[in-house]
Amino acid sequence: MTAPPVRRVWNQYGGYALGFVSLFVVWHLASVYLVGSVLFPPPTLVFKKGVVLVRNGVLFEHLWASAQRILAGFIAGSLLGIPIGLAMGSFRPVRKVLEPYTEFLRFIPSVAMITVAVIWFGIGEGSKIFLIIYTTIFIVILNTAAGVSAIAPNKIRAAQALGATRGQIFLHVALPATVPYILTGMRLAMGNSFTTIVAAELIAANEGLGKMLWDGRMFMLVDDIFVSLVCLGLLGFAVDRLFRWSIYTFAGKYSPAT
Amino acid sequence: MPLVSFSDVQKSYRSLQGADYVAVEHFSVEIESGEFFCLLGPSGCGKTTVLKMLAGFEQPTSGQILMEGRPVTGASRDRGVVFQGDDSLYGWLSAVENVEFGLRMQGIARAERRERAMRFLDLVGLNGQQQKFPAELSGGMKQRIQIARALVNEPKMLLMDEPFAALDAQTRSLMQEELARIWRATRTTVFFITHDIDEAVTLGTRIGVMRAGPRSQVKGVLEVALNGARDRTDDVFLGYYKQVYEMIRDEVAKSIAHA
Repeated sequence: MTAPPVRRVWNQYGGYALGFVSLFVVWHLASVYLVGSVLFPPPTLVFKKGVVLVRNGVLFEHLWASAQRILAGFIAGSLLGIPIGLAMGSFRPVRKVLEPYTEFLRFIPSVAMITVAVIWFGIGEGSKIFLIIYTTIFIVILNTAAGVSAIAPNKIRAAQALGATRGQIFLHVALPATVPYILTGMRLAMGNSFTTIVAAELIAANEGLGKMLWDGRMFMLVDDIFVSLVCLGLLGFAVDRLFRWSIYTFAGKYSPAT
Repeated sequence: MPLVSFSDVQKSYRSLQGADYVAVEHFSVEIESGEFFCLLGPSGCGKTTVLKMLAGFEQPTSGQILMEGRPVTGASRDRGVVFQGDDSLYGWLSAVENVEFGLRMQGIARAERRERAMRFLDLVGLNGQQQKFPAELSGGMKQRIQIARALVNEPKMLLMDEPFAALDAQTRSLMQEELARIWRATRTTVFFITHDIDEAVTLGTRIGVMRAGPRSQVKGVLEVALNGARDRTDDVFLGYYKQVYEMIRDEVAKSIAHA
């Protein structure tokens, strides 16, 4: 017997909605009754400011600028990272040669690379995309390589005994078995991309959510700062949900357990 | 000519301390086409090492393994393998897609391989479960998929590495009956590894008993002249059980003393 539809929707999303509403209630109470300062505007004011910024197109411009950079860098970083990770996980010599690069570079945070990126690529799109690629690629490589080495040897042996060639084993066994690890790496990389893009835009950019934060500080537009912060939170939340959803539905059966 | 012959096979491993560990030595046995050969031995005696070499996953250090007169140099479609655990199944493929895997690798058309896979799912008693994923199936059902996946490929022999050891007692005895039925239906040559005397006498047409490791070898081979379904309470069955027990008792004691 299935629960009535209203009940089902409530069970699935009710707690979530409640959590979100409470977040804004707490914010409102803290702002109005606890702090009571223009430096910490309540959600109603931020929302009003947000509407204004949406109407005049400024918010969308900043949002799109950041999203575009993240998307371009993230896709390029993943497309580079996945094959490198597969190669490192599959072939020992490749891993030996490339490990110094990954093990050395992954400890230099992307934020530390901002200055170099700006010197090399200027304050335009080039430096931002470079930084997002930089922050994406190592996590994707490491997770992909870990996924390949986590494949149960019996999966490979079974394929050999069933007559599969080396190429077929790579394509039909190693690759699908690694999908959940790749997606997890990409999901983590997406989180890092947000940190990186804001930091990069804070330092040098003509538009973007980070630039909006910086301008807010320069011109004491506290409401603008909060609009930007809320946008970052919502955008990140939405993208992460999308990832979780795709891991769950598209690759739920790619569960690493079996 | 026997289907398979092991002659004077030795396999040693280099341990982490750098010393050589000789798992099996002077291992010789011949397997005829159509028989159900059980290799029985105490734990740690190198049974799985023997199977891995026959499958072609590992090479002997010395000696020779011949199949139809040709040396075994690597894994091949000629020898289907059923593993003990379920980690050889492809979790992203449904039951029928797992069974089809070998046929798909050979480039057999979709309709034909589906039809053949369904026939073997039927044979192993998994009709109606074909769309389920391995994670949704019980341990016994997963072993049935493995058996169907190996058999649909029409191997010259089936290698089974303690395939029912991880199952509960009831499921295990049910699976033994099922395997005996499948073997009678297909007459595929089977090389079956077990540490369970009862299992060996229930299934085997011949039983090879191994000595305790290291430097393990075949202690003796016993022919089981029982046809059709076997009854565990039958006197002849018990007679074979006792005979095998006498052969293996000392070896089990040795293997425990070693460990």
